[in-house]
Amino acid sequence: MTALLSLEGVTAYYGSIAALKGVDVEVSEGEIVTLIGANGAGKSTLMMTIFGSPQARDGRIVYDGRDITRTPMHEIARLKIAQSPEGRRIFPRMSVLENLKMGAAVTQFAHYDEDLERMFAIFPRLKERAAQRGGTLSGGEQQMLAIARALMSRPRLLMLDEPSLGLAPLVAKQIFSVVKELNEKDGLTVFLVEQNAYHALKLAHRGYVMVNGKITMSGGGRELLEKPEVRAAYLEGGR
Amino acid sequence: MTTAAAPSPFPEALKNAFVTALIALGLAAPMMGLVTVQVGGDLGLEPHCPRVAIAVALVFVGRLILNLTIWRPGRVKKVTAISPKTERLLSKTARYLAPAAVAFAIILPFLPGVGRGQIDLGILVLTYVMLGWGLNIVVGLAGLLDLGYVAFYAVGAYSYALLAQNFGFSFWLCLPLAGILAALWGVMLGFPVLRLRGDYLAIVTLAFGEIIRLVLLNWQWFTGGPNGIGGIPKPSFFGIDFKTGPDGFAATFGLTFSPLHRIIFMYYLILALALITNYFVIRLRRLPIGRAWEALREDEIACRSLGVNTVNTKLTAFALGAMFAGFAGSFFATRQGFISPESFVFMESALILAIVVLGGMGSQFGVAVAALLMIGGFEWFREFQDYRLIIFGLVMVLIMVWRPRGLVSSRSPSVFLKEKKAISGSLVQEGHG
Ligand SMILES: Nc1ncnc2c1ncn2[C@@H]1O[C@H](COP(=O)(O)OP(=O)(O)OP(=O)(O)O)[C@@H](O)[C@H]1O
Ligand SMILES: [Mg+2]
Repeated sequence: MTALLSLEGVTAYYGSIAALKGVDVEVSEGEIVTLIGANGAGKSTLMMTIFGSPQARDGRIVYDGRDITRTPMHEIARLKIAQSPEGRRIFPRMSVLENLKMGAAVTQFAHYDEDLERMFAIFPRLKERAAQRGGTLSGGEQQMLAIARALMSRPRLLMLDEPSLGLAPLVAKQIFSVVKELNEKDGLTVFLVEQNAYHALKLAHRGYVMVNGKITMSGGGRELLEKPEVRAAYLEGGR
Repeated sequence: MTTAAAPSPFPEALKNAFVTALIALGLAAPMMGLVTVQVGGDLGLEPHCPRVAIAVALVFVGRLILNLTIWRPGRVKKVTAISPKTERLLSKTARYLAPAAVAFAIILPFLPGVGRGQIDLGILVLTYVMLGWGLNIVVGLAGLLDLGYVAFYAVGAYSYALLAQNFGFSFWLCLPLAGILAALWGVMLGFPVLRLRGDYLAIVTLAFGEIIRLVLLNWQWFTGGPNGIGGIPKPSFFGIDFKTGPDGFAATFGLTFSPLHRIIFMYYLILALALITNYFVIRLRRLPIGRAWEALREDEIACRSLGVNTVNTKLTAFALGAMFAGFAGSFFATRQGFISPESFVFMESALILAIVVLGGMGSQFGVAVAALLMIGGFEWFREFQDYRLIIFGLVMVLIMVWRPRGLVSSRSPSVFLKEKKAISGSLVQEGHG
């Protein structure tokens, strides 16, 4: 399999502080790849570096055979990479519908109506709330909106930063099953950053473990789940 | 009755009123208590105790009464939000209110009792309505706080004046040129401030406004400096001038000549310009660029991650906002017939910004109402020259207390499923969303 996205020796800095210290990651087409790690490990930074903010200082980021290391963020979005960033970042004063429409901007609204129906089928809650302000949605609804907004651009690669953050277990489970379904049915490639290591690793084909800006372990999802180091550090002795 | 013995609020209220009175004393003593007088050619100060005493007493009594009534502790505060029902009713009437207002504006010059003074005031109000609508693009929609908007107004005015004087261009040719020039200056301001937001952006735009004014003031041979430019030609009615001769407007249309014709024409000109501005802004809001402006105001990173080119988006906001100020500026020049840097001071920027904020950022109708209130009020209080600014400030404070999100705070979404639903602004906490 050729990699859809690959990072080679990527470093990133906030001022003089290194947040990523030479990261190698590969995501193949049709895969769900998860990245787990403690708070402050640099997971969100990695996701944002792929998107060009902060830009990688060394190393290369290649997407679909194209070097995007120095590509500006808005152009990366046009390459059919979509993200639901940390903290969701929906537009709080705009309605749910407007948020979704913003997501379809890169496709010039070519499939807007069709995709909207699809999003409402996946997340019926959003249809009920279509006219409501984004900022007044509940946390879970906001997360659904952030994912739906990202999907409106018909991405090949969807990057999610902690989609289960602050959600009731049942809602989190629902989100994960949506991700799984999108992957299996539509062949969507997913890069998933998670704190909820158990669910993430169970869902993912492969996983990476990040410590202090470096990848320390990688392997199949189930395989990582079995490793005692992973269990001890991220699963509180297993469940 | 079984009322729990609540502690009397009186001592607390008294104490509070006393403190307030002390503050009033501190403020009033130097500001009202000392009067400058001529003492044999020199300037001297004369204490004026009774005035201070009256002011302090008023504050004390007023505060005490407020403390015991409206601000009584434990008083159940009414929810300030308008109920959804009235909000719906309001938005329904608002739908008819705007066309009604336009209709009124159209027949205004022919209403009985409306003379030159009223039409002149109408022209002034409409100029500010147009400026408010233009600035609304930058501040209300794109969320870029611009304190130097008057600079583009000045660019428009000087563009027309200079083009007309040096090349004899007509108003109708200069109008688009002035808009384009102002838009170019908008882009020029836009570039250096691309990375700035909020307070920093405000300071740079403020400086930009002042720079333009100072250049106009000091570039003597080109702009006439403080003497300004006079004798700016008036626009014609599709080539027909407003003059007494046989080829004048009155003679052509078989009317008896009246200087009022031109004033009425000017009135309709600015009305048309303002309505065009309004039309464009409303249309722009529904286009992807308008939605991108609003999204940019909310979250720049999210915007970029959705493929929005924030550089272009910001520059278009600055350019289009400036363009409408340029149109308004060339209208101003032709109406006045004389312009000087004095017309383009910071106070003007502040006034236009106040109109946008008071109107409820983003609401076209609110901006128009605010312009009418502010400019109309300003003229109304002309006799009380000295107190105008005080009243002006007081009204602003009161409006902001009463409706913190501006007169019309509901924002109607630009995308709908089936029916329009206004989102009440007053139900959303300040500072969020
Ligand atoms: N804008 C910034 N400026 C400076 N330092 C930053 C910035 N953003 C993140 N950092 C630092 O970079 C490091 C990595 O942060 P990052 O957000 O990538 O962690 P994370 O793995 O996503 O953590 P979490 O699981 O808590 O979200 C942290 O030490 C953080 O303090
Ligand atoms: Mg993070």
